[in-house]
Amino acid sequence: MTSANSWYEAGARQRVAAMLDPGSFAEFIGPEQREISPHLAIFDLPEQFDDGIIVGHGTLEGRRILVAAQEGRFMGGAFGEVHGAKLTGLLRAARSLGEPVLILFDTGGVRLQEANAGELAIAEIMRALVEARMAGVQVLGLIGGRAGCYGGGSLIAGCCSALIVSEQGRISVSGPEVIETNKGVEEFDSRDRALVWRTMGGKHRYLIGGADAFADDDVLAFREAALIVLAGNGRLDADVLEAEQQRLEHRLHRFGEAHDAIDIWTDIGVSEPTEIPGLATDEFLRRITDKREKANGAR
Amino acid sequence: MELADILASLFPGGHEVAVMDNLISGSGIINAIKVHVIGIAGQSPLGCEGALILAGHVLEITRKGSAAPILVLIDSSSQRMSRRDELLGLSECLAHLAKTLLLAGAQGHRTIGLLYGGSAAGAFIATALATGTLVALPGAHPAVMDLPSMARVTKLPIEVLKAKAEKTPVFAPGLENLAQTGAIHAVWNPDQSLAEQFLALLAEQTGGDARDRLGEGRGGRPKAASIAQRVEKEASHA
Amino acid sequence: MEKLSFTMKPSTPATGTRARAIVGVVASGNLEVLLERNLPANICIIDIATAAPGFAAVWEAVIEDFVTRRPAGGLHISINDGGARPDMVSLRLAQGVRLIEELEA
Repeated sequence: MTSANSWYEAGARQRVAAMLDPGSFAEFIGPEQREISPHLAIFDLPEQFDDGIIVGHGTLEGRRILVAAQEGRFMGGAFGEVHGAKLTGLLRAARSLGEPVLILFDTGGVRLQEANAGELAIAEIMRALVEARMAGVQVLGLIGGRAGCYGGGSLIAGCCSALIVSEQGRISVSGPEVIETNKGVEEFDSRDRALVWRTMGGKHRYLIGGADAFADDDVLAFREAALIVLAGNGRLDADVLEAEQQRLEHRLHRFGEAHDAIDIWTDIGVSEPTEIPGLATDEFLRRITDKREKANGAR
Repeated sequence: MELADILASLFPGGHEVAVMDNLISGSGIINAIKVHVIGIAGQSPLGCEGALILAGHVLEITRKGSAAPILVLIDSSSQRMSRRDELLGLSECLAHLAKTLLLAGAQGHRTIGLLYGGSAAGAFIATALATGTLVALPGAHPAVMDLPSMARVTKLPIEVLKAKAEKTPVFAPGLENLAQTGAIHAVWNPDQSLAEQFLALLAEQTGGDARDRLGEGRGGRPKAASIAQRVEKEASHA
Repeated sequence: MEKLSFTMKPSTPATGTRARAIVGVVASGNLEVLLERNLPANICIIDIATAAPGFAAVWEAVIEDFVTRRPAGGLHISINDGGARPDMVSLRLAQGVRLIEELEA
């Protein structure tokens, strides 16, 4: 299932190293500056020198690019004050520099121990991201890590100009456990992993137009996909949002009665939809050619 | 304050603001200034349909090409927590709503959020926190997460959390805590005309996103502003 | 959190020219190790912040072993520990020394 170069298994630093041209990465506020969270000590929790996110610049096939990568193993990749501010600063820089950004998401959402600061960080990131895109900057999200892309992270992803996902790339506002805790196991059984994957996983998101490219769980596959997507345009303007409004209204109209992802995949016209979760990438892509809903830049 | 009283105080000359399925929309006039109104009432959750309806209103306003202010009234709970909403891509719908508000702000509309009740998590981000300026009324009770849920996740007794919350505004729910982090620009006085307070706010200059500096000044977020600024600077010199 | 600090006299200075290296992650049963080459070549300082208090003697044993077997002179090593077992600590220290020896890519 996982390759030697698994994106899912890799840490944030390994992903950045594999994504960029060898030796080209330079970090901003690196771990040696020890800009740790000022709030974890209140809870007697261990700190990490980079607060769980790496930001910096490098080149991708010679082209200058800004990059942020979350470490999903540290506090579930959650957004705290410092963690969030590093991404905000990167996106503000992207706007003035006019350079594209890769965000390697791996997050459970807002860090509860600094929930107010984390929530506000999400809002600041979204604003900086949207302002960068309005200035014509592309911001790509790459999702396939162990923490997925949940909570406020999923809203940031929803502001990106394009998303690249692998099967493991779960995108959802409320996580399975959150829905179950609040609404009961009848609403969502968080232990039913197959249900989690087909409701929030990368294949479903790709099929309904929630993502623009589908990659194998492999760091080089993500790199290839990023190169292809970067050739497009990421500008955000009124026309794009009008198109997105129509796209999402169409989705609710077409699939609003569906109970399960299988119902949606059947409606789309995928043959043998129950086989989708088990298909390897090549066969999955072959099976859904010309069937999936596409965003076509309307995001 | 109740929604009807808020609208009455904002628009003494009357208004055309309606609430349907807990979604607010319409407009009113304050001192000859047309003000568009959208929002959420009744502490209701925000799901896919609601987000798209509100986003549709914002797009309709921006399509007209005026620069009329948009007032976003918020008394919500969190995002609607359901299997169906997530299946249909709630993250895209909420982000879309936030983007329409941010675009409106960039196109010259003042976007002002007025938090008069609850709000939490994704609903808070997609509405109140996507406005250019967020104000609140006393008694508003925003919460990223309530303390009992937080106690469950952090595995700490609620008494311990309450004691910690005395020392820092950074995690516990509440208007005062969020104000200290810089999320809330000002708390309005319900005993004075809301119309006048609205006009005073309109007269204030706005620039970029100043919430991190506000949080730094109020002591609720000691590092966010300087970290963001340093990253921006290092990136520009790299 | 418990803070520990050890000043050691390693037998061999660290090789290579990299100024610093970082390995690992702060998670349950794991740790991050930041190595900085900024001390005299006959000294190695190791600062530890650990989520598992009460294991100073174990840390000391692991570090003694490390500075005896690896070229650690001149390194300031900072550890954030999420409660890693001694074998994981040894592994990360070895990885860190290997990484700081590597040529700058």
